[in-house]
Amino acid sequence: MVEMPKGYSGEGFFATSFDKVVGLARKNSLWPLPFATSCCGIEFMATMGANYDLARFGSERMGFTPRQCDMLLVAGTIAKKMGPILRQVYLQMAEPRWVIAIGACACTGGIFDSYPVLQGIDQVIPVDVYVPGCPPRPEGILDGILKLQDLVQNESLRRRNSEQYKELMQSYGIQ
Amino acid sequence: MLFELIMALTKEIIKERLTEKFGEQLTEWAEPYGMLTFTAPAEMNLKVMQFLYDDETLRFRFLTDLTGAHFPDRKGEELSVIYHLHSLENNIRLRMKVYTPIEKPDVFTATQLFAGANWMERETYDFFGVNFVGHPNLIRILNVDEMDYFPMRKEYPMEDPTRIDKDDEMFGRGGTVV
Repeated sequence: MVEMPKGYSGEGFFATSFDKVVGLARKNSLWPLPFATSCCGIEFMATMGANYDLARFGSERMGFTPRQCDMLLVAGTIAKKMGPILRQVYLQMAEPRWVIAIGACACTGGIFDSYPVLQGIDQVIPVDVYVPGCPPRPEGILDGILKLQDLVQNESLRRRNSEQYKELMQSYGIQ
Repeated sequence: MLFELIMALTKEIIKERLTEKFGEQLTEWAEPYGMLTFTAPAEMNLKVMQFLYDDETLRFRFLTDLTGAHFPDRKGEELSVIYHLHSLENNIRLRMKVYTPIEKPDVFTATQLFAGANWMERETYDFFGVNFVGHPNLIRILNVDEMDYFPMRKEYPMEDPTRIDKDDEMFGRGGTVV
């Protein structure tokens, strides 16, 4: 169960600010889109399993379609050939959307400092949370998701319309 | 026929039959780790493989591997294509190497004989630049299509060239720590 946000309550009503409620609702129902390429994908599978259950944080349903998911979990090495495909998947997601880069390869290219590997997915899409590790333990991935939950809860509702966000999207070439 | 079934195929027999047919054109006979290896001239690669395929005692009808290598010190024959052949009925493996100059690396394609050579030759083209004459679709297979160089050649480094944040000192190159 989650804690109620601060507000006035009375007989049959509860008044609080809108963004608190929306933040609460969003953070506790983040539907993940796994984009698992290699070994970190297996760690992600372990996170989804019964032992390190991710479903208790609201990520019960993992739609493998970008149209219905909130957060894109990129786990594994992304090659330069895969870059445009990852970008396409990100573009197909509906707002609000967040990205978690799981593992060293997704964050910075990892140990594969070589010509075919994309040195970090932030060269093609904007990333919100980076989870380092090779591979990160499931507890690490859970920690990353919890940090994202903090981000989601405290995000202002007008964030997607702000100048800073627009500039960020512009720098990636995303409309 | 019965006599051949009793006598198992050995490396000596293979070598004998090959030199009988091709003579001095096959060179550099060796047996690294027990696998018989020889070198053939680049124009003859199909003839040798066809002979190994058709011959009733040899029966090398399975192409295990097709790969390339770059030897910058072998002037005039820098790029090599290496074929690993296997005779399933006799359980014997064979390695055939061909060398070709880097200015004009033309090698006849093995796709007519072995369908599996198709993608393997594309990979060899992608990484070394060996031009397989007669290949149905010789384009890059593993690298990005816009790449304009052949990465596995010795002059190109393994590392990604677009990184700007690498600290040379940490990699043992220059800097203040020798």
